[in-house]
Amino acid sequence: MYMTQTVDEIFEQICKIIAPFNKKNIPITKDSLFSVDLELDSLNVMDILSEIEDEFDITVPLNMLPDMETVGQFAETVKQLLSEQ
Amino acid sequence: MTFDLFEKFDPILNDYNSLPKGAGNPFTVSMEQVLSPTTAIINGRETILAGTNNYMGMTFNQECMDAAQEALLTLGTGTTGSRMLNGTYNSHKKLEDTLREFYDTKHAIVFSTGYQANLGIIATLAGPKDYVVIDADSHASIYDGCAMGNATVVRFKHNDAHNLDKKLARIRKNDPQAGILVVLEGVYSMLGDQAPLKELTRISKAHNAFVLVDEAHSIGVFGETGRGVAQEQGVEDQIDFIVGTFSKSVGTIGGYCVSNNPKFEVLRLVCRPYIFTASLPPSVVASATKALELIANSNLRAKLLSNSRRLNNGLSQAGFEMGTTGESPIAAIIIAEQNTAITFWGEMIKEGVYVNLALPPATPKKLNLMRCSLSAAHSLEQIDFMLEKFILVGTKLGLLQDMPKRVLA
Ligand SMILES: Cc1ncc(COP(=O)(O)O)c(C=O)c1O
Repeated sequence: MYMTQTVDEIFEQICKIIAPFNKKNIPITKDSLFSVDLELDSLNVMDILSEIEDEFDITVPLNMLPDMETVGQFAETVKQLLSEQ
Repeated sequence: MTFDLFEKFDPILNDYNSLPKGAGNPFTVSMEQVLSPTTAIINGRETILAGTNNYMGMTFNQECMDAAQEALLTLGTGTTGSRMLNGTYNSHKKLEDTLREFYDTKHAIVFSTGYQANLGIIATLAGPKDYVVIDADSHASIYDGCAMGNATVVRFKHNDAHNLDKKLARIRKNDPQAGILVVLEGVYSMLGDQAPLKELTRISKAHNAFVLVDEAHSIGVFGETGRGVAQEQGVEDQIDFIVGTFSKSVGTIGGYCVSNNPKFEVLRLVCRPYIFTASLPPSVVASATKALELIANSNLRAKLLSNSRRLNNGLSQAGFEMGTTGESPIAAIIIAEQNTAITFWGEMIKEGVYVNLALPPATPKKLNLMRCSLSAAHSLEQIDFMLEKFILVGTKLGLLQDMPKRVLA
């Protein structure tokens, strides 16, 4: 059902997943850095990743994490993985 | 930009520098003398060791010390070689025989530490086309084994069988032929909870995955003959690899992996953390061998768990927020504020009790823990002393305000 989604739609979805982790309600943009802007540590990011996997029904290898520093990069990766299915 | 390799650690260094100096600093404490498995001289005073992993009190076991001493005097202080070159003595082989017997498996490989056993087994077994699926709360050595290897790493929610099933199903859907290694722990050390191995192995097998269980904190502690949680839960035949350590209940240092897989021995030729490091010194090998024999026939497990229940129940009744339930040798209280936890630790050591301060990211759910690991060698008096000091410090720091008086009295 997500196959045809645009990156923007995926980004919106991901923002919803991040919301419970974003305790200070910091506004999220595609350029938001997880570590600096959203003040999330690597464990939080791994938990978010896990929820994204279940939401979009894809496998996002932990090995990809070092290359995904912003929320936008997450959305791009999900789009890419969905299109490969 | 900066050329300073250390700049990235500045936030950690700042935190570290803000810790109390001297006796109250949890990261600079050292033991002046070790008196027994459960007591040492620290800051000039006799202190109860409440945070070691000396579950069976093996470090001063007379038979183990005699065996170590004899090996030291006859075989020397070290092997100066790796298992592959110069470093395998008959005693290393005998230790592996003892492990095979202990676990009733066909194969056993001894590593120089448990950390290296996990690095070696995980990084070597799971290659570039394979998957490693790990529990979110896995020990650092498991994460590092994943980082060292080339497999795709997927993480499932702690002890959540349903979530594991989803992750495995997804991998299988895209990659029906992939090799998959699921890595679990018998007991998760921070909160002492056991893995539901029956469920988790059933699901793993349904997806044709291999299963590795790290029994670091459960060897000696659980199971009829001390093999660990897999034995306790009756699922040993479903498990492909058991990893463990000699650094806890066995009372020395070293790691191992046992298996019935017919091709297991090839790992000696391809596993880099096995090959490119020196083998264990003879004295360590001798005491580990003796301790395994003792553990298999020991009745200390019941004593250990009853010690743990006593401390867990006492802390819970005193009104502390508990991280543990007493189902394992771990007793941990949760402290909301990190600074309070650090102060708590400093007060405890001043009162003569050395517990472990466990802070995120080493802890699940970002908990600050005052964590004890019980030993079968702790006396009831020592446990009651710990409890008394916990209550004293907890009251002083205002953590027990709402407590019914009768408990404090
Ligand atoms: C689950 C787990 N695996 C492996 C290890 C590593 O053991 P060793 O001390 O032998 O390196 C530990 C020890 O902290 C552990 O808790």
